[in-house]
Amino acid sequence: MSEILQLHSISRNFSGLKALRDVSLGISKGEVLGLIGPNGAGKTTLVNVVTGVTPASSGTVMFLGQDITRVKTYQSARLGLSRTFQVVQPFAEFSALDNVAAAALFSQPGESIKSAREEARAHLAFVGLEAQSDQPAATLTLAMRKRLELAKALAMKPKLLFLDEVNAGLNSAEVERATRLIHQLAENGITIVMIEHLMKVVLNVCTRIAVLHNGQLIADGAPRDVIKNPAVVEAYLGQQYAQRAGARG
Amino acid sequence: MTRSNLILLALVVGIAALPMVGGSYALRLGTIACMYGILALSWNVVGGLAGYPSFATAAFFGFGAYTAGVLLGKGVPLVVSVPAAGVASFVLACLLGAALLRLRGHYFAIASLSLIEVFRELVNNATDLTGGGMGLNIPLTSTAGVMADATFFFYVMWGLLVGTALMVVVVAGSKLGFGLACIRQNETAANMIGLNTTLYKSVAFGLSAGFVGAAGGVYAAWVHYIDPSDVFDILYSVKPIVMALIGGLGSPLGVLIGAFVYLGLEEVVWRNYIQIHSGVLGILIVVLLLFLPHGLMSLRSQLLAWRPKRV
Repeated sequence: MSEILQLHSISRNFSGLKALRDVSLGISKGEVLGLIGPNGAGKTTLVNVVTGVTPASSGTVMFLGQDITRVKTYQSARLGLSRTFQVVQPFAEFSALDNVAAAALFSQPGESIKSAREEARAHLAFVGLEAQSDQPAATLTLAMRKRLELAKALAMKPKLLFLDEVNAGLNSAEVERATRLIHQLAENGITIVMIEHLMKVVLNVCTRIAVLHNGQLIADGAPRDVIKNPAVVEAYLGQQYAQRAGARG
Repeated sequence: MTRSNLILLALVVGIAALPMVGGSYALRLGTIACMYGILALSWNVVGGLAGYPSFATAAFFGFGAYTAGVLLGKGVPLVVSVPAAGVASFVLACLLGAALLRLRGHYFAIASLSLIEVFRELVNNATDLTGGGMGLNIPLTSTAGVMADATFFFYVMWGLLVGTALMVVVVAGSKLGFGLACIRQNETAANMIGLNTTLYKSVAFGLSAGFVGAAGGVYAAWVHYIDPSDVFDILYSVKPIVMALIGGLGSPLGVLIGAFVYLGLEEVVWRNYIQIHSGVLGILIVVLLLFLPHGLMSLRSQLLAWRPKRV
């Protein structure tokens, strides 16, 4: 499998704080990579570095053989990198339809407002929001807004999709629904990097797991191996989880 | 085209009939009404659609006035000088916008406010070109007589208002307007979906300055004499914002109605309370905004709500 994204010794400092230290990571086409780690480990910063929101202090980011380390956010979006936000970022006054249409309109060349709206309908139907398409985004529930984020990201026809805690704040039925959607996306061949705290979802969906701790990559490999890795247990999962997983596995 | 845009254009066309009913006072008032309309509609592009509270209107009004004034003084005809003032303002605003629009909210407001002072000082000091604090005399463009002159400038200003209204309607229905609405609501998300926010904001700032600059040019030719404290008056920045707030932020029709209502208030108050007119006008504006925070346009939906609803 060819590598779609390559990170070469990425570091990112926020004045004194080293949010990422010398992270190197390759992501292959068609993979579903779970990015896990404790709060403040640098998971979202890593996504921000790749998407150009906060460029890397040092190191290089290669996407499809192109150096995108210093590329601006809107340019990386047009290249086929899209993401959802941990804290949902809808256009509050727009209807759900126009939210998704905006994503299609500005990320794809040659779209008109009309054609973008038509495409948006299909994406809303995919995430199950067709009934809410004329409702302002501000009036949607959190679970719906998370799915709206997903529809927006899909409207950008991503080659690589970052999902930043799409399940945070959802109840178990909603989590199940979101997980099904992610499965479907992976089947459609979209490469996915998901930041997630729910280990059940991670183990269910991901083909590979990378673990960040204090800005450093401490483990990277197949899910079953990673959750037994002592460093990961120490930093993130905890002894209790490891014992339960050990008893089950 | 939406109904409110049709009403907007009808209103603008209706103003053209003014010279048939009134004398020189009506013409003067009509010219100012058109000018206020241009300033308010232009401000609405960057302030109402993109959500950037610009105080730079006076800066580009003055810049346009001096550009056209200097050109007219050198014998360039009006049909060239006024568009030149507009284009120069557009280009200058696009360039300045690329730098200034990195600031948000209050910071942007203060930075745009400082443009007025910078331009004023530049004009004050470029004595050879602009006459500095002495002001600039602009030669008469026609010798047809006072009334013909007044009618001529009314129609020039009106033509510019038509142009501004068309620009606003086109922008609101275009990809640009859609993008500006995205920027107003959530700039981070707008960037994330592949929208070049810097470009869109700069173009919006340029469009809002271009017509203001042209209006400044017509104003200079109309009054035949300008000086820095007249055309770089901060009131030219504040008034369009007040007009937009009175009419209803973001809606072109509301903004234009706001401009006319403001001019009406100004005239009535000025006539009746000559000693304390600024104070009375200020109180009226505060009262209006307190009781109609979403402007006169919100009255329309309230009136509609009175009608029995169809089931």
